[in-house]
Amino acid sequence: MVMLDEVVVYQRPQSLEECATHYCPGCTHGVAHRLIAEVIDEMGLRERMIGVASVGCSVFAYNYFDFDFVQAPHGRAPAMATGIKRVLPDRIVMTYQGDGDMASIGMGEIVHAAARGENITVFFLNNANYGMTGGQMAPTTLPGQQTTSSPKGRDVETQGYPVRASELLATLEGASYVVRRSLHDPKNIRMAKKAIRTAFEVQVRGLGFSMIELLSICPTNWGMTPVQSLHWLEEHMIPYYPIGDYKVHPIVAELKI
Amino acid sequence: MPVKGRIVVNEAYCKGCELCVDACPQQVIALDPVRITAKGYHPATLVQEGCTGCGICAIVCPEAAITVYREAAKARQTAAA
Repeated sequence: MVMLDEVVVYQRPQSLEECATHYCPGCTHGVAHRLIAEVIDEMGLRERMIGVASVGCSVFAYNYFDFDFVQAPHGRAPAMATGIKRVLPDRIVMTYQGDGDMASIGMGEIVHAAARGENITVFFLNNANYGMTGGQMAPTTLPGQQTTSSPKGRDVETQGYPVRASELLATLEGASYVVRRSLHDPKNIRMAKKAIRTAFEVQVRGLGFSMIELLSICPTNWGMTPVQSLHWLEEHMIPYYPIGDYKVHPIVAELKI
Repeated sequence: MPVKGRIVVNEAYCKGCELCVDACPQQVIALDPVRITAKGYHPATLVQEGCTGCGICAIVCPEAAITVYREAAKARQTAAA
């Protein structure tokens, strides 16, 4: 029976297109999309937004967000976002990148965009592998983690250690707001949304570079169910990639949101 | 009496990932064993009474497929009187 006097507690945000995504069942890319769209709706930024999609699973982000979007060459989203923001400074420019895109081929672009203190917002999805191409080892793959290109587990003797992108970018003077959040349970998802809100507020106020790293799951390539993947993320990824605020400029810390 | 709520799952988006089934504090969501969506998944659905409209299923849903409704406070007062 439908109750007459009821309120809508939650509904799909307006900034998401009315279409199904190509992401695998349970993939937290969808959660990240949803949170970003919710924040854009809440802040009324939709008409001012320009997104820059990366290469990887998130390559089709332009199909799923209902605002202007462009597609950058592999890893070059921060460079493209720089150009857009400088030409159209009144627009709110975001990039949406995975770990294979931003922490690998795009490492140069992201470091220099942060060092220049470009007034853009970067969303960095870290799922510890190259999801789109079949789960190969990425710069963020954990020591000992099995992937299709490290079938015996990542050996740090030959393949080195995973890159902690947030800690790395936090050392740069130009970065204003660099934090890591996770998408593995409702509490952390709420914290992630708050961080996304802060990042957009930083850009709206012209306070400089902001990046949100979001720990994500990749059930298909990890070979687990979505629920098992959430537990794996909590048990294995969070000890190596601790959730926290790595760079909060004093002016950003004073923001009342 | 606990607050009453309900969810509506958009079957065009639901991929049966079971994240909402796992997250539901009332354990009233399950995959529908009979229905199959256009994409070939069993969609999530309310299987018993007890939904409080807390919205946690919507918070974890990667597809933004869930709309959550909750009984309005005014209606509750009227029912109690």
